[in-house]
Amino acid sequence: MAERTLMKGNEALAEGAIRAGCRFFAGYPITPQNEVPEYMSWRMPQEGGFFIQAESEVAAINMLFGSAATGARVMTSSSSPGISLKQEGISYCAGADLPIFYANVVRGGPGLGNIAPAQGDYFQATRGGGHGDYRVFVMAPNSVTEMANFPKRCYDVAFKYRVPSMILADGILGQMMEPVEFDFDPVDPDTFPEFDWTIGDAAGRERRVVKSYDLRPGRLEEWNFERQKRFDTIEAEESAWDSEGIDDCELLVTSYGSCSRISKSAVKLARDNGLAVGLLRPITLYPFPKRAFKEAAKGVKNILVVEMSLGQYIEDVQLSVEGAAPIHFHGRPAGGIPTAEEIYEIIKKIMGK
Amino acid sequence: MYQGIIVAGFGGQGVVSMGILLAYAGMVDGKHVTFFPAYGAEMRGGTANCSVIVAIDEIASPVVGQPDSVVVMNEPSFAKFEPMIKPNGRLFINTSLVSSRSKRDDIEVIEIPANKIAEEIGTLKIANMVMAGSLVDKTGMMAQKSLIDSVGKVYSRAKPEILKMNEVAIKRGAES
Amino acid sequence: MKVVFEETKGLTGVPMRYCPGCGHGIAHRLVAEVIEELGVRERSVGVVPVGCSVFLDEYINCDGIQGPHGRGPAIATGIKRSKPNVIVFSYQGDGDLASIGMAETIHAAARSENITIIFINNAIYGMTGGQMAPTTLVGMRSTTCPAGRSIEVNGYPFKMCELLATLPGASYLARTSLDKAANVIKTKKAIEKAFKTQIQGKGFSMVEILSPCPTDWGMTPRAAIDRLKDEMIPYFPLGVYRDWEKEEKERAKAREEDKVEA
Repeated sequence: MAERTLMKGNEALAEGAIRAGCRFFAGYPITPQNEVPEYMSWRMPQEGGFFIQAESEVAAINMLFGSAATGARVMTSSSSPGISLKQEGISYCAGADLPIFYANVVRGGPGLGNIAPAQGDYFQATRGGGHGDYRVFVMAPNSVTEMANFPKRCYDVAFKYRVPSMILADGILGQMMEPVEFDFDPVDPDTFPEFDWTIGDAAGRERRVVKSYDLRPGRLEEWNFERQKRFDTIEAEESAWDSEGIDDCELLVTSYGSCSRISKSAVKLARDNGLAVGLLRPITLYPFPKRAFKEAAKGVKNILVVEMSLGQYIEDVQLSVEGAAPIHFHGRPAGGIPTAEEIYEIIKKIMGK
Repeated sequence: MYQGIIVAGFGGQGVVSMGILLAYAGMVDGKHVTFFPAYGAEMRGGTANCSVIVAIDEIASPVVGQPDSVVVMNEPSFAKFEPMIKPNGRLFINTSLVSSRSKRDDIEVIEIPANKIAEEIGTLKIANMVMAGSLVDKTGMMAQKSLIDSVGKVYSRAKPEILKMNEVAIKRGAES
Repeated sequence: MKVVFEETKGLTGVPMRYCPGCGHGIAHRLVAEVIEELGVRERSVGVVPVGCSVFLDEYINCDGIQGPHGRGPAIATGIKRSKPNVIVFSYQGDGDLASIGMAETIHAAARSENITIIFINNAIYGMTGGQMAPTTLVGMRSTTCPAGRSIEVNGYPFKMCELLATLPGASYLARTSLDKAANVIKTKKAIEKAFKTQIQGKGFSMVEILSPCPTDWGMTPRAAIDRLKDEMIPYFPLGVYRDWEKEEKERAKAREEDKVEA
């Protein structure tokens, strides 16, 4: 067994990114993600990378835009309001086909809201977030170990398809500590192949321009179609999910991220009490594991969606199961954390027990 | 075995560091563990608290809604967390600073003059270790050795004599 | 046969589509000549702004990156810190640099980010059609201050060189003008000095170039040049506002004098 270290989620996220080859981090303080830039500030120089506390979230994402264009593995992190500020820059990265990685350690909103764990940024994360026609590869960890290991998967997908990638976490995942096991060996960015899209050393090649616009008639439409093909491939090949007891269940419970841990406790409670309940949890939110949901929905009598927001995640479940079973909803917004017991009570009610 | 624990007190009483120690020690002991602190503005000036889970099985929810054990280091924490304890759970009170007494008859109450004991050993700072020693002993959630072995790892910058005092505090807590 | 003049390799040769009398073409060419003459063209990256000069990358023969309005200095920072050997310049207009991107500008200067900024100050938003800029002169008309910029509503125009000169991190700051040939030559010298500042690792450099915009000023090119001379230069005095080389020499001299006194 690999060595287990007790780590805070935010620190595991930072360390995971560095081990995945991240060598440029720009960020701005906001709770509850401050441990990420704090960790990066001393850890990054050890690996010959660069850390900077930018003057704003807006500057931070644009520093990433510049650094990513040189081919570096880059990262920024923030929490809800800060991610809103970064959306323009993220859209530019998508439009210029630059692979970037960022994390949203979500807090309660809208507005300043509070710093409690929440899942209210689901739409923003999974629908692109900024302006224009694009998506972001979104992973939703539910443990500190996944916080540590998912940055590598985000970089792999981001560089394979040249799209932005992100981790959608929350205050629970950022602040909690758990033993961590890395499932990959540290990546040395010096071993990466040369890319044919980076800028900076033009000697001996045609000059290159990184940009998100093309004014030739029809060309921007073609470009968007071409990018959509990459998203189609991502949808076909890169979705991931996790399940428990879904083959013989009457009620399918589904949640993502930290909330899926709470639902898991509730499902266990129900099964211990003889109820046929299963749990399906998407690991990637974009692409959403639609087929897994469609399959799991066959033969179940009811579906229960539990999220820490007021009806965002449920829409992807509805779109995926296509009316195969009635969908029930339990949502707690802006720092309301459901308990396993309260979910269990709802399970019993739905099942008529 | 499953222990959902809340540790609460003033900032500066070592509440968070006790939580981290318990989680670390649980990991050393071969258990599944989670640690979750109250954070941000909640931690400024007022009371601090954190949740720790130590369990034999994989831990699903890291949220401790109904704690099996609560350690209260100050008066406000008593008022906040005493009512939340599961029936048949345990309440560990630092009687040096908490004058309230539980009226519940469905929980076990362990009263420890932690500040007094800590001062007898040599420093007030280790009152949290007295409570930790008692908690580990009464719940049996892990070997006391795992807790003592972890002190040096979690407080890696502490001087040897302080580490020794921590060990004495854990043992005194277990005896009280 | 002796070649007495040839087009710089710093330009791509693509014909520029700027309006008659616009200063961008001159400024582009000066930058292009300088990076070619200093031998850094192939390792240069131009950060292309939003505005009329969004087509910069078509004209200047080096790598380029086009980003969000106002964020040039942040983008340049990202490139420079990842590839310190790359010569990075950010080409920006007044709205870009002194309005939406003010924070990025000031912080890049404060960090003494080792980048070069070419700041075209024509006191107007060009591409969007002549709206008021942060450097629009008091009383000057624009489509969003049709009666002329009023102090009561809009306050005073920013003097960016003077403002940045207060920062220890600003290593080289100069303001020049494109109103006449002699000043065009001075502009080129300033651009050269700015790039040399970066090449020698001396930190933040910026050349503010006062430039005419006849179309959005609603003037003939000739009248626009007159406005540069008669209105712009008096409010935005030309000159060198910071020069690390001169300051180093002065410090050395002061140290010598201290020694003699001692």
